[in-house]
Amino acid sequence: MHSVKKKGFGSNLKESFFKNLFKISGLLTILTLLGIFALLLYSAVPAFKEIDLKEFFTSTRWDPTSPEEPEYGLLSMLVSSLLVTAGALFIAFPVGVAVAAYLSDVARPKTREIFKPVIELLAAVPSVVVGFIGITLIGPLIARVFKMSHGLTALNGSILLAIMALPTIISISEDALRAVPQSYTEASLAVGANHWQTLIRVKIPAARSGIIAAFMLGMGRAIGETMTVLMATGNARSFPHGFLQSVRTLTANIAIELGEVPYFTTHYYALFALGLVLFLLTFIINLTADLIMEKQKRKLL
Amino acid sequence: MEQIISFSPQETKIQVQNLNLYYSKKQVLKNISMNIPERRVTAIIGPSGCGKSSFVRVLNRMNDLIPEARVEGRVLIDGENIYDPDVDVVALRKKVGMVFQKPNPFPKSIFENIAYGLRIGRHLKEEEIEFIVEKSLRQAALWEEVKDRLNQNAMSLSGGQQQRLCIARALAVEPEIILFDEPCSAIDPIATARIEELIHELKKDYTVLIVTHNMQQAARVSDFTAFLWLGELIEFDRTEKIFTNPVNKLTEDYITGRFG
Repeated sequence: MHSVKKKGFGSNLKESFFKNLFKISGLLTILTLLGIFALLLYSAVPAFKEIDLKEFFTSTRWDPTSPEEPEYGLLSMLVSSLLVTAGALFIAFPVGVAVAAYLSDVARPKTREIFKPVIELLAAVPSVVVGFIGITLIGPLIARVFKMSHGLTALNGSILLAIMALPTIISISEDALRAVPQSYTEASLAVGANHWQTLIRVKIPAARSGIIAAFMLGMGRAIGETMTVLMATGNARSFPHGFLQSVRTLTANIAIELGEVPYFTTHYYALFALGLVLFLLTFIINLTADLIMEKQKRKLL
Repeated sequence: MEQIISFSPQETKIQVQNLNLYYSKKQVLKNISMNIPERRVTAIIGPSGCGKSSFVRVLNRMNDLIPEARVEGRVLIDGENIYDPDVDVVALRKKVGMVFQKPNPFPKSIFENIAYGLRIGRHLKEEEIEFIVEKSLRQAALWEEVKDRLNQNAMSLSGGQQQRLCIARALAVEPEIILFDEPCSAIDPIATARIEELIHELKKDYTVLIVTHNMQQAARVSDFTAFLWLGELIEFDRTEKIFTNPVNKLTEDYITGRFG
């Protein structure tokens, strides 16, 4: 007769060891996030001993090293960040959804098997390489097309960020389109719709939340990108009035100034305040995207 | 050996001639020939995996969706071979409507579900669309239940209501033939009874084919019954003949529940 009781306590110990190991790993991730947030907050708050909150959020002038009258206004940089990101999404979103629709509905399985990994490889191109392409290829092209002395503009940054956001948008939109039940497609074709009408009128609306999530994650990717925009957009401090102007984004400004700032000065703390704004921005964007995707998952079950 | 009933050309809507269907190398339908009569209900019965669903999906070319499916032989509807290269599949599917096993309304409003087929391809005025939506819902015996909430999401309806909505959606594009692919397998007995009643009404105007694995259902709703077994058409005759006095031993074994 075989006993079904556990033998010894060794196996029990091993099981609980691994269970706790995984649990701790999970908790560490959350702890890291909270730690980053706490550090940003801790380093940002002292800035407001000297900087007026109203000045920080509404002034367009960021000139911390001015000997007469230093000013800390993030508005120019925030608008620059948003401008470059909006431009990137304007390009990447329609193209990304079109490619996703092509992969999920039109491409043969063989083609898809080649395309998908190649697109995902695009996400692995280092941002400094993308920035380099901006300086040597796209920037000069913009300069030539618009007859300017140089092409280091918001437009340049938008085009490069579009390239970087594409893999995210394509991959997530395609997953959403493929998750649309086959029965919807059949129902649509059965009343005499063609594949194109089925895609536009049934599949894309049914995958709407996933596609919105793809948009949000693409936005998160673009707004947080640093090296590429730093290299490609010229970094002029003025308030942006259009895409053909040099701009300095929040990320680029932090990267440029943090290396040279004297520690524990107002300027130093102010850069952390910029970081905090950026962190909250991307956090909200990503969280919204997550919530939308979760909703989509539940709806299709 | 096999008993296949025949109809005069005037009575015939669909002629299936030496039909073979393959999925890759696997043969799913074997040399099927039969004439399906107009404005009658024809039931297709047989054990699971015998090719019933595949057979009706041949008739509106829904099998085109499966890349490895291959059809041999001819299927004539009103004398036209639907597998000719010059056939407009979109027009074919408007002529041959389909109701699926699981109710599959779109995640849109009740109204838009029916209007969907009307908005694609044709340019109808909004009043015409409203008229056809109401007419189709009445035909599907759903109007009274939903007339006050046409803008609600169709997903909020019960399973039986959803299936009648799908029937209304199929009727809205004015087909001549309606294929039912086990339409009651996912709904409760009371809803089933209503749909059977509906099918009975529909045969006045439409040629109806219904796939079912429920033999009582075949006996209740159909005029003619075809028995498929392992991809072959074993017997096709008047329903009462099939159920009371089948010629083939296999048919008899199946309807008496000896296998299946």
